[in-house]
Amino acid sequence: MIFKNIALNIRRNFYEGIKCEEIDCERTKAVRELEYRQASAAHGGLLFMHNVPGIAYGDQVIVTDHRNHKRNGQVVQISGELVTIQVIEGTDDLDLERTWVRFLQKPFQVSLSTDVLGRIFNGIGKPRDDRPPIVSSLKRNVNGSAVNPAARAYPKEFIQTGIAAIDGLNSLVRGQKLPVFSGSGLPHNRLLAQIVRQAKLLGEESNFAIVFAAMGISYSDALFFQNNFESNGVLGNVVMFINQADDPTLERLILPRTALTVAEYLAFDEDRHVLVILTDMTNYAEALREISTEKGDVPARKGYPGYLYSDLASIYERAGRIKNRHGSITMMPVVSMPSDDITHPIPDLTGYITEGQIVLSRELHSKGIYPPINISPSLSRLMKDGVGKNDTRDDHIRVANQLFAAYAKAQEVRNLASIIGADELSEEDNHFLSFARDFETNYINQDEEQERSIFETLNIAWELLSILPASVLSRVSEADLARYHHWEGQPRDS
Amino acid sequence: MDGNLTQINGPLVRAELTEACIGEQVRIGKLNLMGEVIGREGNIALIQVYEDTESLILGEKVEALGHPLSVELGPGLLGQIFDGVQRPLLDLVQISGDYIPRGVNIPALNHDKKWLFEASQNLEMDSIVSGGMSLGTVKETELVTHQILIPPNCSGTLIWLAESGSYTLNDPVARIKNEQDTEELLYLSHRWPVRTPRPFNRRADAIAPLITGQRIFDTFFPLLKGGKAAIPGPFGAGKTMIQQQIARWSDADIVIYVGCGERGNELVDVLESFPQLIDPRSKRSLMERTILVANTSNMPVVAREASIYVGVTMAEYYRDQGLDVVMVADSTSRWAEALREVAGRLGQMPVEEGYPAYLASRLAAFYERSGRVHILGHEKNNSDPSGKDPARNDQGSVTLIGAVSPPGGDFSEPVTGHTKEIVQTFWALSKELADARHYPSVSWTESFSEYVSVTADWWLENVHPDWLQLRTEALSLLSQAQELMRIVNLVGPEALSSEQRWVLEAADLIKEGVLQQSALDEVDSYASPEKQFLLLQMMLIIYHQGESLITLGMSVQALKELPLLITAKRCKSTYSSEQTENLKQFIIQIKSDFQKYRLEYTQEFL
Ligand SMILES: Nc1ncnc2c1ncn2[C@@H]1O[C@H](COP(=O)(O)OP(=O)(O)O)[C@@H](O)[C@H]1O
Ligand SMILES: [Mg+2]
Repeated sequence: MIFKNIALNIRRNFYEGIKCEEIDCERTKAVRELEYRQASAAHGGLLFMHNVPGIAYGDQVIVTDHRNHKRNGQVVQISGELVTIQVIEGTDDLDLERTWVRFLQKPFQVSLSTDVLGRIFNGIGKPRDDRPPIVSSLKRNVNGSAVNPAARAYPKEFIQTGIAAIDGLNSLVRGQKLPVFSGSGLPHNRLLAQIVRQAKLLGEESNFAIVFAAMGISYSDALFFQNNFESNGVLGNVVMFINQADDPTLERLILPRTALTVAEYLAFDEDRHVLVILTDMTNYAEALREISTEKGDVPARKGYPGYLYSDLASIYERAGRIKNRHGSITMMPVVSMPSDDITHPIPDLTGYITEGQIVLSRELHSKGIYPPINISPSLSRLMKDGVGKNDTRDDHIRVANQLFAAYAKAQEVRNLASIIGADELSEEDNHFLSFARDFETNYINQDEEQERSIFETLNIAWELLSILPASVLSRVSEADLARYHHWEGQPRDS
Repeated sequence: MDGNLTQINGPLVRAELTEACIGEQVRIGKLNLMGEVIGREGNIALIQVYEDTESLILGEKVEALGHPLSVELGPGLLGQIFDGVQRPLLDLVQISGDYIPRGVNIPALNHDKKWLFEASQNLEMDSIVSGGMSLGTVKETELVTHQILIPPNCSGTLIWLAESGSYTLNDPVARIKNEQDTEELLYLSHRWPVRTPRPFNRRADAIAPLITGQRIFDTFFPLLKGGKAAIPGPFGAGKTMIQQQIARWSDADIVIYVGCGERGNELVDVLESFPQLIDPRSKRSLMERTILVANTSNMPVVAREASIYVGVTMAEYYRDQGLDVVMVADSTSRWAEALREVAGRLGQMPVEEGYPAYLASRLAAFYERSGRVHILGHEKNNSDPSGKDPARNDQGSVTLIGAVSPPGGDFSEPVTGHTKEIVQTFWALSKELADARHYPSVSWTESFSEYVSVTADWWLENVHPDWLQLRTEALSLLSQAQELMRIVNLVGPEALSSEQRWVLEAADLIKEGVLQQSALDEVDSYASPEKQFLLLQMMLIIYHQGESLITLGMSVQALKELPLLITAKRCKSTYSSEQTENLKQFIIQIKSDFQKYRLEYTQEFL
C-alpha cells in the first residue's frame, strides 16, 4: 500500500455532467456534495481516503480518474479519519494524484418509471441501449428495506409452466422464489426461456413484466435471452440489467439490487405480476468473496464471508406478495453448482433461503433427457398450499408423493441391479425398473416446445403408476386407485 | 450521557462514551437507531446496532440510555408478532406501512386497552409480599389466565391493592413499601432484561412427556416438558415443518415461535393458519396461546442475536405463572452466525469455522434457560394455608427446541457438534429420507432421547404398560432390517432366509404405517398417544403372526400379497385420533384373519 501525503482538501467546481435533479434548486445540497483529491491508497477495488468529514456510511461516490472517466463507488467503512470506498469499476491504474472523488451524500438510487420497460441497463441503472437515461422524480435506494413479515401475504396461486417435472412434482406459485441449481453445459437457459414462454403466470398481456438480471454471463447467453423475449413478442414488457463476463466484477454486487428495486416498483406500485430472473448468482457470490477478502473480513467456508447468508437473503427475500397490493414478485435465480456440488456454500446457502430448488442433473442430460430435472433433491416448499382440490386436482399432492417415493425405491432397485444383475431381481423389483425408465423418458422428458396442462401431467403420472401394483402404492388413497389406477401386470401365481 | 460516533463498520460502530457499561442500550444519530454496548476500549464503546447503519455520519451523537435490552411482560403478548427487539410488527404496519422503518420506538404492548383485573383474594394488606407472587389475574385469552406477577426483584409490605375492575397497563394496581421505606407502584406489566435469566425457587425434575402428536417423537424419541431438544438437518429436510407441527399440536399451555434468520413467508404461514386451527384439547383457536418473534433473514443481523433472548424471556415469564411453555427457535444456526459476524468485526480470534471461542458456552447458557422449576412466590403462600393459591400451579416449565442448519448438511460442524453435547433429545433429520419423501425425515439411527425411561412411566400410567417393550422391539426390527439390506446389497436377496425377508417387510410396515406421518394429512397430522400405540401394536402383531405362518410354510410372497398389509399401512390416514375404536376392531380383525390362514396352513401340511 502506498500512502500519498496530501493534506489539503481541495474542492473543485464540478457541475458538468451532473444530472439535473442533483444540482437543481437546493443550495445546501450543492454545498454538501463534496469533491476531494486526497485518496491515500487504492488496491483491489478499494480506495482509501483521509480527512473527509461529514461522510455517511453507504453513500454513493463518483470517482473521476486521470483520463476524466467516471467510476462509481460506495462508502463501505468509516473509521476515524479513514474512509474506505468500494469502486465498482475497480481501482486498477488509478493515478491518485489526479483522481477526484465526489461524495453524493445519498445512497445508491435508481430512477423509477414504467419507461424502464423494453430497456436495457447496466448494474447501476445506466442505459446500455444507446437510449437516454430514465428521468423521473421517483427514486429509491437500491438496497430497499425489509418487508415487514406481518405485511406479507402467503403465496398460493398455482402457476402452470407446462413442464411436468415442475408442475406435477415441484409446483411454482406466484410470489415464490425458486432457484434452478445447474452446472456448466446444462440447459438452464433453455429451461428458463421455456418457462418464460409458457408460464400462465403471465396472464393478461398488460399485467405482467419480466425483470432479467444478468451477472457475469457471456454475450451469447445475454443475446439468447434477448432474442427469446423478442421472438415471443414480450420485449416491451421486459427490463434487462446486464453485466457481462468482461464487465466490472463489483458491479455484480449492486446489479441484483437495482433490478429488484425496479421489480418492486413494477409489482407494488404498478400492480404487475413480475417474474425476476437472476443469472448467475454464483458469479455474484464470487464478486462478494473478492471484495470481502480485500476488506479483510473473517472468512467462513471456502473463503466466502460469514455474512454470505444474510447478503443472499437480502436479495432473495425481496420476492413475494404483500397484503392489499395486487402485484407479485416471483423469482427464479440460476445458481451454478461449482463442480456439480450441491453442498458448495452458494447453492447450500441459497437452498436455506429460497422456497425450494429445481436441481438439474448431468446424468439425465447425458441420457438425452430434457429438461434434465433431478427430482429427488428438487423441492417446492410452497406447493402444499398451491395445489389440490381447489387449485389443480384433488389427487395432486398424493400423486406427487407417490411418484417421489416410487422413484426413490426404483433407484434403490437400480443400485441393486447393478450389483447382482437384473436377472436376480424379483418380479416386483422389475416393475420398479420399468417404472423408473418410463418415468424418465415419458414424464420428465418432454419437448422444448411442448406445453402440458396440469391434467395431462397428472394423467401421465397415473399411466406410470399403473406399471406398479396397487399393493406398493401406499401414498395414494384407495379412492385415487379406484379412479385412476389401471394395473395390467400379471397376477403372480404363488 | 452523550458521545460521538468514531467508526462505522456495518452493524458495528464505535463511539466515545466514557461511562456506558457493557449491555447498556444506546440511541444513535439523527436516525435514532437502537444499539447495545458490547465492549469497551478505554474511552471508546463498541456498539452493535439492531438496525441498518446506512447513512450514519461520523461524529453523530450517541446517547446511552442507562438500561440494558429488556422486554415488556404483561397481558397482550399472546397472539402478537414481535421483531427481534420486541417491537410489535402488526402495529408497525399500521404506523409505517409494509416495510420496516428505522429508528421507530413503539411499546410492545397496547397501553390503551383495558383489561379486566381480578384482584387476588390471598393477599392481606400490610403483609410482606415478594417477587413472583400473584396480585391477581387477567383473562388474557379464552385459553390463558394471566397471573399478574410482582416483579422477581421486588419485595416489601403491601399497602394497597386495587379492587377488581378494568385497568390499562398504565394504571397502578398495587403499592408496596420496600425495605428502604420508599413506596413503589406495581402495574399489570413489568420489564425484564433479556440476557438475565428470570429467577425461580429451585429446579424440579421433569416428569411428563411433551405430547406432540407426532409418532416419531412421542413414541420413539420423546421429549419432556422442561427438556431441551435440537433438530439438525440440511435444507429442505423438514426442520420448519416439525417446529410448526410442535407449535400446533403439542400439549403446552403457551407456545413461543421464534423465526430467527429464516423466511418471512414461514411466519406468514403461521400468522394466517394458526387463527384458523383448533387446539385438539381446548377446542380453541391456536393463536390464543401463541407468540411469534420474527427476525427474518433479511432483517438486521444483530437483532437476530437478540431475538432468541427476547423469546426465552417471554417463555420464562409464562413459566413463572405456573404454565408449561414450549419455545421453538428456527434456526439457532442463524443466531450463532450473528454471533460470529459481530465477533469477526470486533477482530476476536476465530477458533472453528470463524466462530468465536465462546460459541459453546453461549449455546449452553441459552439451553440452560429451559427446565421445570418450582416457581417464585408460591412457597410463601403454601406455608400460610389461608394464603394458598389453588388457581396456580407451583411449578412451571420451559421446553426449548432449536433447529440447527449445518452447512452442507454436515453434522460435524461446530454448532451441531456443541448443541449435540447440550441437549437430551436429538432429532437428526436425514436427506435420504427427505428425498424419498419419508416425512418427518427423522433418522431412527442417528436420533436419541435420554428421556425414554421417564416417559415409559407416563405411558404405563396413561396409555398401556407394553409401550416400552413395543418401542424397543420396533427399533430392533428397524436396525435388523438395515443390517439385512447391507447383505442384500452385497450378495442379493437370495441370500436371505424367509424369516429375514419377513423382517424387511415388517420394517416397511413400521416405516410406512407408523413412522411416516404427513403434516399435510388432515386425519393424521395429529395422532393421540392412544392412536400412536395402537398403530405400533398393529404392525408388530402382523409381524409376529406372519412369522409364525412362515414357520408353518407360508411364503413371504404370499404374506406380502395379503390385502390387510396395505390396509394396515393406510390405517393412520383412515382413522383419526377419535376413532381408536375402529383401530382396535381392525386389530381384532387382523388376528382372526391370521387365525384363518393358520388353520388353512396347518390343514394343508398335516
Ligand atoms: N412432516 C412433514 N409432512 C409433510 N411434508 C413435509 C414434512 N416435513 C417436511 N415436509 C416437506 O418438506 C418441505 C421442506 O420442509 P421444511 O420444514 O421447510 O424444511 P427445512 O426447514 O428443514 O428446510 C416442506 O415444504 C414440505 O413439502
Ligand atoms: Mg426451515
